[in-house]
Amino acid sequence: MESLSNRRKVIESKPLNFLERAYLPAIAQGLAITMKHFFRKPVTISYPEEKREFSENFRGMHSLKRDENGKERCTACGLCALSCPAEAITMIAAERQKGEEHLYREEKYAAVYEINMLRCIFCGLCEEACPKEAIYLDGDIVPADYLRKDFIYGKDKLVEAPLNQ
Amino acid sequence: MGLADIAIKFALIIIIFLISLVIAMYSTYAERKIAAFFQDRIGPNRAGPWGILQPLADGGKMFLKEEIIPTNASPFLFIAGPSLAILTACIGSAVIPWGQTIIIGTHVVPLQVTDINVGILYIFGVVSLGVYGVMIGGWASNNKYSLLGAIRAASQNISYEISMGLSIIALLMVTGTLSLKEIAEQQHGWHWNVLYQPVGFLLFIICAFAETNRTPFDLPECETELVGGYHTEYSSMKLGFYLFAEYINMFISSAVMATLYWGGYNYPGMDWVLAHTGPTIAPLLGVVVMFAKVFLFIFFFMWVRWTIPRFRYDQLMDLGWKILIPLAIANIIVTGVWITFIK
Repeated sequence: MESLSNRRKVIESKPLNFLERAYLPAIAQGLAITMKHFFRKPVTISYPEEKREFSENFRGMHSLKRDENGKERCTACGLCALSCPAEAITMIAAERQKGEEHLYREEKYAAVYEINMLRCIFCGLCEEACPKEAIYLDGDIVPADYLRKDFIYGKDKLVEAPLNQ
Repeated sequence: MGLADIAIKFALIIIIFLISLVIAMYSTYAERKIAAFFQDRIGPNRAGPWGILQPLADGGKMFLKEEIIPTNASPFLFIAGPSLAILTACIGSAVIPWGQTIIIGTHVVPLQVTDINVGILYIFGVVSLGVYGVMIGGWASNNKYSLLGAIRAASQNISYEISMGLSIIALLMVTGTLSLKEIAEQQHGWHWNVLYQPVGFLLFIICAFAETNRTPFDLPECETELVGGYHTEYSSMKLGFYLFAEYINMFISSAVMATLYWGGYNYPGMDWVLAHTGPTIAPLLGVVVMFAKVFLFIFFFMWVRWTIPRFRYDQLMDLGWKILIPLAIANIIVTGVWITFIK
C-alpha cells in the first residue's frame, strides 16, 4: 500500500559495509543536517509580547452575548447547565422588573450565572445547546490564578461589554 | 632582561589570562545561542541587547547561591577539587603562541608568554593534572554517585590521553620539535600540518573532545545515569568553576589544535601583507587569524554537541582502546615509512 506521507523507508538489516562501520560519513551527514537547521528561521513565539493566533474553531473562555440593542440574550433556560458534562455551569433565574427592558431581552434572565473554570472541559456543548445564541467559547485562554475560588467566573467576567462603551 | 621586559611579560600574562576568562564566559553564552540556532529557537535574549549580558547574570547568580558542603565531606579537598580544575585549565595557555613578534618602542615582544622547548609535553602534563580536579572533587563529596562519576571521568581521560599522545608522536616525527612556537613557524605558507597528518588530526580532535568532556564523550556528567556525575554535591560557584574549567579547556584545546595542525597564526598571503604594511600590522592580523581559527574550533565543538548522541560507556572504552590506539600506532608506522623512504 502507498504510504500516506510518502516518507516510509524500508529498513534493511544487512551487515554494514566498511564506510558505514567507519561511522565518519554518517557523522558528516549528521553535521550537514544540523547545519541546515542553523540557518533556518526560529519558530519561537516570544509569548508575552507576541501571541500565537488561534485557529477559528479554538474554544477559549466563555462569553455571554448581548443582542444588537445591547440587551442580554440569556434567558436562564438552563439548557447549557443541563448539557454540561462536567457540571460546571450554575445559574439562578430572576423575573424582569418594569424599567429593565433595556437590560434583558425576555421576561426571564439570569440573576446569577457562574461557570467553574476548574471543572469546565471546554467541550463546547453549552454553545451547541443554547437556543438563544447567548453563550460562545470565543474568548482567550483562561488566565492562571492563585486561589480556587477565583476560578468561579460570575457575570462580571462573562458578560460582554455593553454596546455604548 | 630589563624591567621593561618583565613588565611587558607580566602584561602579556594578565592579558592572556583575562582573554581566556572572557572567552570562557562568552562561550557559555555562545553555547546557548548556538544550541538555540541549531534547534530553530532564539536563545537568551533578555539580559541586554541580544542577551549579551547573560553571562554576567549567570555569574552573579552563581556567586549568590547558597554554598553547601556535605557534613561528612572533607572541606579542604572539597574546595581543592574545583580550584585545581580551574587552575590547570588556566595555566595551559602559557605556551601557546598567539602571534609572531611585534615591536613596541625598542622592545621585541613575542606574542607568547613563554616559549619552552617542550611546549607540547607541558600542555600534556597540565591537561593530565586536570583529572585530579575531577577525581578529588568526586572523592571529597563523600557520595557514591559522585565517586562513580569521578572514576568514569578519570578512566575516560586517561584512556584518551594515551591515543592523544600517540597521535602527537606522528606529528612530532614530521616537525622534529616539541616547541609550539617552532611548530607554528614551520607551517608558514601552506605547509599546514593537517595536510601532512590528516589521520593524526582526526585522532587528536576526537581525543580533544574526550579530554574536555564534551558531547559525545560527556559521560562524567551523565545526569540520567549518575544524578550529576562527579559534581553532584557541588553548588554555587564551586560548580561554576567546574563548568567554567570545561569551557577554558575547550578554548585551550582549540588553540592547541589550531597551532599544531591548522597553521596557528599563519595565513595565506602573510608575506605580501608583511612587505606592504610593515612589521606591526601583519603579526597583529596573525593574532586575529589565530583567534578566528580558535573560534571556528569552539563552534565545531558546539556544532557536534547537537549532532552526535552520547556514547555508551563500553562503546567509549572500545573506541578508545580498540580503535583509536591501533589507528594511532598505524599512523606512526606509516609516517615513519614515509619519512624514511619517500621524503
